[in-house]
This record gives sequence, C-alpha cells and structure tokens, in this order.
Amino acid sequence: MSVSEMLDGKRICICAGSGGVGKTTTSAAIALGMAAQGAKVAVVTIDPAKRLANALGVEELPNEPHRVEHGRLAVGGLEIHGELWAMMLDPKQTFDELIERVAPDPTRAEEIKANRVYRELSTAVSGSQEFTAIAKLYDLDQEHEFDLLVLDTPPSRNALDFLEAPQRLNSFLEGRTLKALVRPTSVGMRVLGRGATPLLAALRRVTGVDLLTDVGTFFQLLGDMTNDFSARAAQVEQLLRASTAAFVLVTSAERESIEEAIWFRRTLEHGGLPFAGVVVNRVHHDLLSGGEPDDVQPALRRALRAELATRVAENFHDYHVLARRDDRNVDRLAQALDGEPLLLVPQLDDDVHDLEGLLRMHRYLFASAAEREQLIADLVA
Amino acid sequence: MEMPDYSGKSITLARSRSARRPQLPCAPVPAPLNKHLIFVTGKGGVGKSTTAAALGLLAARRGLRTVVAELSGQERLQRLFDRHGQHFEEVELAPGLFSISIDPEHAMDEYLRVKAGALGHALASSRLFQAFAMATPGMRELLSIGKVWELAQLHRRTHGAAPYDLVIVDAPATGHGLGLLRTPRTFADIAHVGPIAHQGRAIAETIADREFTGVVAVATPEEIPVNETLSLCETVARERLALDLVVLNALYPVRFADGEVDELVDALSRSRSQLSRSALRAALAEHARAETQREQRGRLRDGVDGRMVELPYVFAEQLGPAEIELLADSLQLELEGRG
Repeated sequence: MSVSEMLDGKRICICAGSGGVGKTTTSAAIALGMAAQGAKVAVVTIDPAKRLANALGVEELPNEPHRVEHGRLAVGGLEIHGELWAMMLDPKQTFDELIERVAPDPTRAEEIKANRVYRELSTAVSGSQEFTAIAKLYDLDQEHEFDLLVLDTPPSRNALDFLEAPQRLNSFLEGRTLKALVRPTSVGMRVLGRGATPLLAALRRVTGVDLLTDVGTFFQLLGDMTNDFSARAAQVEQLLRASTAAFVLVTSAERESIEEAIWFRRTLEHGGLPFAGVVVNRVHHDLLSGGEPDDVQPALRRALRAELATRVAENFHDYHVLARRDDRNVDRLAQALDGEPLLLVPQLDDDVHDLEGLLRMHRYLFASAAEREQLIADLVA
Repeated sequence: MEMPDYSGKSITLARSRSARRPQLPCAPVPAPLNKHLIFVTGKGGVGKSTTAAALGLLAARRGLRTVVAELSGQERLQRLFDRHGQHFEEVELAPGLFSISIDPEHAMDEYLRVKAGALGHALASSRLFQAFAMATPGMRELLSIGKVWELAQLHRRTHGAAPYDLVIVDAPATGHGLGLLRTPRTFADIAHVGPIAHQGRAIAETIADREFTGVVAVATPEEIPVNETLSLCETVARERLALDLVVLNALYPVRFADGEVDELVDALSRSRSQLSRSALRAALAEHARAETQREQRGRLRDGVDGRMVELPYVFAEQLGPAEIELLADSLQLELEGRG
C-alpha cells in the first residue's frame, strides 16, 4: 500500500493529528507525490516552517494558492508530471473574506467586521482556525479545478478539535439557540413560552446585559446571513462526507499519539466520515537483525577501540529501547486498524523541515510494498 | 449557601499568601516556583504535560501544596502517575502533588451552583442556557480559566477545598494558550457590567500580576518549536506577562566528539557484520541529530537571555513516575544552578 493507492479516486485529503507529529511535512510530501504522478494538486498549509515555506514559495503569497515552479523541486531529481500548488492559510483574512462574500452589501460587511463579538470570534477563539481552514477548502473546491486538495489541519493538542471546533462555531453562527434568547419579543419568546422570562432575567444577571446586547447586535447585523452560514455548513459537511474525501491520520509512534489516532479513527467511523489510512512518522525500526543489544560490543571489537565501542553500544541500546516502544505501539495500532492502510516513515536523520526532508519522506510514502521493504533493509545493510 | 466573594482581591491575597509559604532550610525558592500560578505552554508534542508534572513534583518536594490543572480533558497527568479514571476531581498523585482535569461544562455547573444560589441551580439545569453558554465564542475558555483562578485562590469557592500554594496549568498549544490568557480581559471589556465582567476583570488582574502569575515555555531542540518559542517570548513581553522560564526538553546527549565521526565512518566501511553496521549507523545518525539539536539550542538560548534550562531526552519505553522523578531532579539542578 502506498499513498497513491490510498488516495485513488479522492479529491480531498485532510491530514489530521495532534501537534508535533509532522503533519505539515506529511501533507506537503503527499501533495508533492501526487503532483509528481500527474495530478494538479493544491496543498493548504498552516504555519509551515520557514525553510519549507521557502521551498514551496508560499511565504510571499499568503491565502491564495499559487503554483510552485518545477525548478524549485528539481533538487531531488523528482520529475513532476502534474502541477503542485501551495498556499498558506491566513485565518483572519479568510474569515473576513467569508463575511464579505455573504454580506448583502459592503457597508454591512464593514459593520460586522467592526463588531466586537465578530472580532473575538474571528481571532481569539479556539476553533476559528479550524473553521476557516474548512471554509477555505470549500472555496478552493468550488472555484478551482484541482484534481486533489490536501489540507494540513491547524496545530492542536487534540486531533478531534478539528472536527468539533467548526461545529461549535457553526452552531453559533447559525445562532438558533442564541437568537431565541436575545430576541425575546419575536420567535424566541413564542418558542420558549412563558417559562422563558425568569430564565432571561437570570441570564442577564449572570452574563451582564451588555454581552447580550453585543451578541444581539451581531446577530441583527448578520440577519439573513445566518441562513447562508447554515447552507454553507450543510454543503461543507457534504463535501467532507463524500466518498471522494479522505481523512489521513498522522501520528508519531509514541503512545499518546497512537492512542489518539485509534480514538480518532473510531470517531470518524461513528461520524460516518471517510477514513483513508494512518501515517506513522519517526518510527525507530528494529535494526538488530535478530541479534541482541548485548552482542553489539563484541561485534565491534575488531572495528573500534574499546572505549568508543562501548559508547556505540550504549547508543545502540538506547535506540533499541525506542525501537521496542515503537514496535509495540505500532502493533497496537495495526490491531485496531484491522488491515486498514498503515504507512510507516522511519525516524530520519535530522529535522525534516526543508525540501530534502520532504523528498525523503515522499520516498517512503509513495513506495510500493516491495520498494518499502528495500528501503527498510537499506537502513540495516 | 451564600459564599463570600473574593473576586477582585487577588493581588492583596497574593501578598498575604507569601507569608504562608513554608519556611524551608534551603535556598530561596527559585523562579518560577515562587509564583502562585504558572501557565506551561509550547508547541504540540514538545512535552508540556511531562514538564508540568516534573515542575509540580519539584514544587511538592519543596513543601508547596501543588496542583497541576489540565485543560485538554485527557488526564495525561493521571496516566503519567499510573492512575486512572478520576474526572474533574482533584487527585493526589504524590505527596503534596495533585492533578485535576478541567472541563468547561463541569466548571460552569460548579460555578453556577456555588456562586449563584437558587438562580444558579435553575440555570445549571437549563439545557437552553447550557447550549447558549457553550456556543458563545470564548465562553469555554473563560470557564476553564475561571476554574484555574478558583484553584489559585486562598479562599476556595469549592466548599471544603483546601488552598494551594501553587497552581500549574498544563495549557493548550502556543497559539491557543495565549488566547486563553487574553479571554478574561476580552470578556470584561465586552460585558462591562454584571458578574461575568466582574469575574473577567478579577481573573485578568490576577494574570497581569507578575508577582502572582508566570509563564513557562517548553520547546524541543527542533526548528519549528524553537521558532514558536521565540515568537512566544515576543508576544509575552508585549502583553507584559512574566516569562519566567524556557524549558528545552528532550535534548539528546552528545556521545561522540566531532573527531570521532571519522573513526565511526571508517569502521563502517570495514565492518561486515550486520549488527556492527547497524550500531555504527545508529551512532552516526544520532550524532547528526545531536548536532542539529545543538544548533537549535544555540538559537533558543540566544533569544531568551538566561531564562533557559535543559531536560534530557528520556530513553524509556513508557514515561512513568520514575521518569518524572528523574526529570524533576534535572530540573532542580538546573534551577538551582541558575542561581
């Protein structure tokens, strides 16, 4: 199994996972590989490392996709038969554009953008990045002719945030509950009936009147736009649930990260969302070739002076503690996945935040089963 | 039951509390353990929970009654100490060290029932109100940080709860972590009057009090975490918060001198045994990694002027109480070594 088989027939690939597991590099490597095979691919990244942003040329041009020149990618000898496009997401700007798009006129858009509740909503609140990432994905899908969109999800501690946070924000923007509360004289009152009055009084005492007024003003400004938000939310959901979408989970081989991947996989299943497979980064492969760590020192005796051999053996011993750990965790993941795609990328020699790192990761992700076995064997040979 | 309201008095409380510090024969308590409230933040995956646990253990060893509060709802601390299953309650992990996992909805329920009397009970049982509160942008953050603030008060709102000398918050990843610290101020501004504004202001004052509250940034010696930490330093300074400590976590040991690399390469070219070759390759790979890490360490150290301490990479299949004890030892040496 390789990424190209995993993404066969897919138009959207969402790379999800907790923070610090190599999501950005994995997303870029997936996009690069698919472009190499002839597809027109766009990768949407959030806050990439400088060198990677540089390599892709997205530093200068945030928030709109632009084509990565093949010259930039030629270093690794990888031939690109399709097109690679890249963009860096600016959440605040995306949110503003969304308001401009759905507002009935520019004045209203400006009023909303100046509203305090909106300003809080579009920047500080957790979930705004997730919400705008999905909004952007939807727009790209509607307005451009890409064969494949690869989304690198915002850094979060919890992979599930990516699914939950936009829902929270959407339910706020759709504002059904809220409208019922802040406009007591209209629909809300009728829906709530007589029981609502003490509740509203209590709410005022606990929340402070002005908060409600502000929220109320915000919703008055939004007006019918809330319907657009509902409609968009429904369409976005359709996009994510379609069989042409694919969630790829990215994880490290550490326990917390693996447990989260297993949990996330289940959540996708319960939510009826399409799952394509798991990429496990930074795996310490077993390099013992059947031996024991204790055999290392005698084996090195002829090649090295004793004291240096001891340190090499110690290092190897420590490495194998991690290899055992990773082996156990990956086993557990494989069991939970029950035959579903699982791709391992070994711990590479250094930080993989540049083009070279990207190409190296690409090799593992796009190798056939036989090629991958060879790559792993080469680690030992 | 009507409880006294201490909101807005955190600064005076902070002063009066310093007098309650246990008198220890050893040197003065090093920063950041001289604070009452510490936010531990950093990029995802750099070891925030581990660092918060080690810091908490160190504080507890020094006689400070300490609680580590998690906001992710994942109860990592309990797992690190081989405990399971307590939700939203304070659990003692080691002598003097507690942990609690904070959940916004649970915190709201508690707040309403204790603070707002019969009215609160009515609200707490209203599903409509719950839905409203949870949908309001920033409300979840406010409720979480409100609970953190409550933990840090000398007179706890929670009935019968004992006060803590130190509250360590295992905060969300960098971007969200700082947003969290801004939330109370934003709410105080938006709501002008009423209990939320009042509460928001009290919490914001506590956070702004550099004697009371500190920030600890955690990074690993890799490019992106170092970048994030450097920009965090700028933001923290701009917001006039106290960045007390930068913890460089998971630093690889330097096992080989540069001059020895040639010896290793040479041995690799001569070795036939697969095991030897693997071991030599692993040595060269780790040396390369350690080198890259040193570069990043240099960048970080240059950017944080004297506030950096280091924790070693722990080669263990699973982090548990023994590893946290070791990290607390390292932290102690580093903090005391800084003078």
